[in-house]
Amino acid sequence: MLELATFSLLNGIVYGLLLFMLTSGLTLIFSMMGVLNFAHASVFMLGAYLSYQVGLWVGFWPALVIAPLLCGLVGAGIERYGLRYVHKSGHVAEILFTFGLSYLIEELVTMIWGRNAVANNVPAAVDFPLFTLFGSTFPAYKGLMMVISVSMLVFLWLALKRTRMGLVIQAALSHPSMASALGHDVPGVFMLVFAIGSGLAGLAGVIGGFMLLTQPTLAHAVGPIVFVIVVVGGLGSLAGAFIASMLIGILQTFAVAIDYSLVDLLRALGFVITRSTPSYEFLSIKVATVAPTVPYLLLVLFLIVRPRGFLGKRDV
Amino acid sequence: MLEVRDLHAYYGKSHILQGVSFRVGAGEIVSLIGRNGAGRSTTVKTIMGEVAPVGAIEFKGERIDGLAPHLIARRGLGYVPENRDIFPTLTVRENLALGVKPGQQGGRWSLEDMFTLFPNLRDRADTPGGVLSGGEQQMLSICRTLMGDPELIMIDEPTEGLAPQVIARVSDLLETIAARGVAILLIEQKLTIALEISHRVYVMGHGRIVFDGTAQQLRDNAAVRREWLEV
Repeated sequence: MLELATFSLLNGIVYGLLLFMLTSGLTLIFSMMGVLNFAHASVFMLGAYLSYQVGLWVGFWPALVIAPLLCGLVGAGIERYGLRYVHKSGHVAEILFTFGLSYLIEELVTMIWGRNAVANNVPAAVDFPLFTLFGSTFPAYKGLMMVISVSMLVFLWLALKRTRMGLVIQAALSHPSMASALGHDVPGVFMLVFAIGSGLAGLAGVIGGFMLLTQPTLAHAVGPIVFVIVVVGGLGSLAGAFIASMLIGILQTFAVAIDYSLVDLLRALGFVITRSTPSYEFLSIKVATVAPTVPYLLLVLFLIVRPRGFLGKRDV
Repeated sequence: MLEVRDLHAYYGKSHILQGVSFRVGAGEIVSLIGRNGAGRSTTVKTIMGEVAPVGAIEFKGERIDGLAPHLIARRGLGYVPENRDIFPTLTVRENLALGVKPGQQGGRWSLEDMFTLFPNLRDRADTPGGVLSGGEQQMLSICRTLMGDPELIMIDEPTEGLAPQVIARVSDLLETIAARGVAILLIEQKLTIALEISHRVYVMGHGRIVFDGTAQQLRDNAAVRREWLEV
């Protein structure tokens, strides 16, 4: 039991950190432009593919750096040559634009790497047990994921709070036209933030790619969860996104690990349950089976009880 | 220094500015007065590049219409908007630091000058700008723009919603600014301080300039005041 709890917690933290790296970029972009970037999860997928491809050419470690940088460039291009023009036509146009872009990226990925999953395996360099606890081993690549996520987030936080560029970004988030009137290149700042957000998504893709299947539907696999986090955490709140990411990461990992059903609970409480009990089929569904629905249950719950999320300032 | 000729501006299909022309000389204090909806704020926003201009805007002898706002600002044109736009989560010190433009070397105003002018700002240097009082925010907003060393500063309704003694301080500050050779374009709805400190006054109505003269000429012209200013 203790073993299960410890490992679920560790895995949950790894998954939560990964989710946060993905949502932090989305949140930054949202608070700046007021628009949800539907192509964000596609950039995540692109990160996974690029790290696989670059990894084949030059090895894993350089790919770890190059793939996110390439994703950052893609993000900068999306902002500079796409969104900046679409922005003038309002939010609906922006959403449609990013939505279309997600399809475009998916098709491109399919054209280049095919419809099936590529063999994006855990690189040999980090494929060994990091430590053994209660007889189970914790793989090194998960440790690497943790180190990368945490150091990236500390770096991001320091850059935002301690540098002049960070000040300008914060200023442009609250009053963009004032920041412009003070002589700051706000469109340039927007492009930079878009690049950073996309780079983070790419990095998350690199380290998430070998945990999930690197295939053209990868964006669909993480996209909806990312939006759940943004809503549960509160639109535009980085701290809220962090709380929600960890919560969903840990909840879902625990749910997957729980091999019990309502039947077990009722039996433990002294009820007699047999196959002939009404709705036995429903009661006997194991928690692990419904684990993927946990984020969406949370989403529904929040939309009903607290539509602004943990730390959001406005309702969804 | 600033010369606006036959300036038009539109919000969608509404024709807001209908041929506005005026000028501000170096070191001058000029007021642009008018009722709500006369087009005063739109005029400064258009000069600043926030609203698309149709017409000619010249600053220091060069056309600036069509430039991006941050490029206009970097040429030495300062703007303090009506709602002050203090960056709420940033401290007073950080707000002031953001007034300094990228690559700027020195200037007429230092952080120390600001703190000497307004000891309140020094006391609250590490407080988030969002929790300051209205008067403090107004001072901070003006000081922040001064940190960028503008040669002309356009200030939109600095006295709005402030207590009389705070208004007097704003008025003192404007005279201090002018004393360092910075030209001022003051936008006001009421005549509160405009007539006392301005060299020249323009009155706006329905998107046009309807009066152009000295403060004394406006004082003497009851007809203009009645038709375009008094409620």
